[in-house]
Amino acid sequence: MATRYFGQRIRRNEDPRLLTGQALFTDDVNLPNTLHVAFYRSDYAHGKILSIDTEEAKKRPGVIGVYTAEDLGDYWQRGPLLVPPPPIKDIVFNERTQVPLAKDKICHAGEAVVMVVAESRYIAEDAVEDIEVDIDFLDAVVDIEKAMTDESPLVHDDIEKNIAAHVVQEKGSYSSIRDKAHTVISRKFIYDRGTAAAMENRGVVANWDERNQQLTVWDTTQAPIPIRNGLAAMLGLSQSQVRVIAPFIGGGFGPKIMMFYPEEVLIPWVSKQLKRPVKWIEDREENFFSTTHERGQVHEAEIAVAEDGKILGIHDVFVHDAGAYAPYGLTVPINSQCTLLGCYDVPNYYSEFTAVFTNKPIVTPYRGAGRQHGVFVMERLLDLAAQKLGMTPVEIRRKNFIPQDAFPYDNEIIYQDFSPLVYDSGNYEPALKRAVELIEYDKFIKEEQPRLLQEGKRVGIGIVSYVEGTGIGPYEGAKVSIDPSGKVSLVTGIGTQGQGHFTSFAQIVSEVLDVPVEDVRVVTGDTLEFGWGAGTFASRGAVVAGSACHEAALAVKKKIHKLASEILEASEDDLEVSGGNVQVKGVPDTAISLGELAAKANPLRGAVKPGTEPGLEATSYFGPSRGTTASGVHAMIVSVDPETFLVNIERYIVVHDCGRVINPMILDGQIQGGVAQGIGNAFYEQLFFDENGQLLNASFMDYLLPTSLDVPKIEGDHIETPSPLNPLGVKGAGEAGAIPVGALYAQAIENAFHDCNLEILEIPLSPNRLYEIISQNKTKEQI
Amino acid sequence: MKISLTVNGQKYERDVEPRMLLSDFLRHDLELTGTHVGCEHGVCGACTVLLNGEAVRACIIFAVQVDGEELTTVEGIGNVDNLHPIQEAFREKHALQCGFCTPGFLMTLVPFLKENPDPSEHEIREALSGNLCRCTGYQNIVDAVKLAAKSLT
Repeated sequence: MATRYFGQRIRRNEDPRLLTGQALFTDDVNLPNTLHVAFYRSDYAHGKILSIDTEEAKKRPGVIGVYTAEDLGDYWQRGPLLVPPPPIKDIVFNERTQVPLAKDKICHAGEAVVMVVAESRYIAEDAVEDIEVDIDFLDAVVDIEKAMTDESPLVHDDIEKNIAAHVVQEKGSYSSIRDKAHTVISRKFIYDRGTAAAMENRGVVANWDERNQQLTVWDTTQAPIPIRNGLAAMLGLSQSQVRVIAPFIGGGFGPKIMMFYPEEVLIPWVSKQLKRPVKWIEDREENFFSTTHERGQVHEAEIAVAEDGKILGIHDVFVHDAGAYAPYGLTVPINSQCTLLGCYDVPNYYSEFTAVFTNKPIVTPYRGAGRQHGVFVMERLLDLAAQKLGMTPVEIRRKNFIPQDAFPYDNEIIYQDFSPLVYDSGNYEPALKRAVELIEYDKFIKEEQPRLLQEGKRVGIGIVSYVEGTGIGPYEGAKVSIDPSGKVSLVTGIGTQGQGHFTSFAQIVSEVLDVPVEDVRVVTGDTLEFGWGAGTFASRGAVVAGSACHEAALAVKKKIHKLASEILEASEDDLEVSGGNVQVKGVPDTAISLGELAAKANPLRGAVKPGTEPGLEATSYFGPSRGTTASGVHAMIVSVDPETFLVNIERYIVVHDCGRVINPMILDGQIQGGVAQGIGNAFYEQLFFDENGQLLNASFMDYLLPTSLDVPKIEGDHIETPSPLNPLGVKGAGEAGAIPVGALYAQAIENAFHDCNLEILEIPLSPNRLYEIISQNKTKEQI
Repeated sequence: MKISLTVNGQKYERDVEPRMLLSDFLRHDLELTGTHVGCEHGVCGACTVLLNGEAVRACIIFAVQVDGEELTTVEGIGNVDNLHPIQEAFREKHALQCGFCTPGFLMTLVPFLKENPDPSEHEIREALSGNLCRCTGYQNIVDAVKLAAKSLT
């Protein structure tokens, strides 16, 4: 289908403002008379609060208020459970959500205990130093496997063995095939914690306007509408009295959608109490402790295969680190459980997990949201099986791919969106073939690697595949209207954190209404402009909100046809909308500009027909029946320095399938950025906790984000297998780049040391860790 | 303390506390909010501004230290209708996503391309390595620098 805007590489509408420092971020909101907040946060991970002394802080000049949990009165409530457990048989779920300020007990280091409000942030931080909190230190729950034992201390006194949840999902019967398998391989896999580290920390600015009885909140959230709804309920206001604006957000990646962070509850409340604007901006150290983390899991997994490499079944039992509270329910471990199945036809699957509370910051989804853990386990099991059977990694994957004619493919378990995990469409073989071609897999193995090995160089190749469940419901909406100027206004409820919504959504509307993309003004994330929707998460913006934009544009087009047919006295079928006009097909003399038509659609005098709606405007909603499954293959060649164990990426290939592409430039950016985060996760970034639950590397000096010297150019290609579940045929792409990178590092490094029987069973790695793993069973000569 | 300084060609006189960070001073006192604060310990580079033409980190300098000096922030190199060639190249090559780190990258690059108008890819990557970006994966920034270098010569 020929398109003018959809599918084109179009420069972004939002860039000029971002490039010139004119875009509004939350910390840029500078209202007169603003008060500033700093928090006293616990230095300990686990303890009972014996006393809190705020007297000195209150006396400090410039301090307006100091608040403990007691001072909040009835407003002190546990946060809501954001995602209830899915309807899985025999599920155990022990709900425990976070509190605005710790009352009796500290459950993780960095938990907020006292809020100080002062005339400046400097004074507020001084006053925090004046506060004395006496804490009876308790042994901390840190190791997730020990957390479930009888001997473990308890994070929450009434929750036995720290068990947050226990879930079993099963397809077929693993036990019935295990004994019949040619080969069974079991291993323990570890995937440790990291943090999203968006460049913009979190922040909230709230302004209660006493005269108008209106609350306005600027919040670095990915979900402004649910924040508005929750705040209205908590503060006893109507939803129309609360406006939440998620302005430009400096990166989200998941942790900015955790309704509600304590600060999101407290700052609006204190603004209402003090009747002044109040601002809190997180600093980087706070971000390490108080913004949510992800990724701690330990898997005991087993694969049973036939002699020809065909998977007979997978058995996986894992422990998931929920952190101190679990407001996000089971989204992350269920994603791990479901995504493990990957692109493969797995007839028998037993998966059991236990989520445990620990005295560490809360775990919620971060780009990939548990998917990489599952992919790591599956891809590693396949690699181990291939090695045992004398197959290549490429062969064993090809052998087990779900065939193209098997879609929709039912995995017979329940996904995070509560729907059965049914893949809507997919075509995995061509992506693998393309990746093998692009990285010249066979040439590397047969020619390059032996040659380089002879030169004393350690080089290895890896190739892995993955699926990404995207575009889940429930729904999003969009409003499209044509101004009398002829320009188009497009409003949607979801927030934006750099994904290019101001351009890609505009492209969808431009395609329908045939107006230039720069003439479509997009507004996102302001509840005053659009008040229905769930938020930006789970790679769903383009799929769900994008489809709503499309539907709304079609509805406006219908109105254009209807009104123009009356004015032009022509049948609607004989009209065409093009170049900013509507006209009788092939008769340019009849053209009416869309702006003129919009003015006619809003008469100021005279009568209209019954049922007439003013304007060229329409609001539409889209809710998919279930999520759509994207997929891809990543391949890379690495060289490992045998002295320093630094791993250098020589080439990196991504062949990705997210259905129809709206803007290839934006898509490639998403993939490249996702891979960069995956590289960080696989080889640079790890949060280290000591036995007391102290985070030891809470700064950018010690927690290493990949730099421009670490991330290579990503080469690649796209396969387009449209989704049948939405009118655009699109699938999500936000998380794809980050998902399989750990598995890829492991395979490529093993390949570089293929003569050493090396097994990489954990992520993140680092030069130090790699050295340890290799030295465990190798002599220096072998390295 | 009273300080006077020039920012983007405009003279300012202000009374500031000695402990006021330059980043806070620019953002809150002068309302030049294009300079962003990402880490407040001099690592991420988001707050990079030019001090007498050289790239410095505004989060680890006190405002009183720039008394009498000349500063340039992102607001001073181009505007929405007239982008600087490096800004234009960033737009063309999709070298920004959320845009939060972008002002810091731009202010690092202005003096870099003056000193090294025809840099190699490795030189570009070295020059960028003191600025963190969490969205782009850097390649498009590298490509933008190459394009900007061409259009500036």
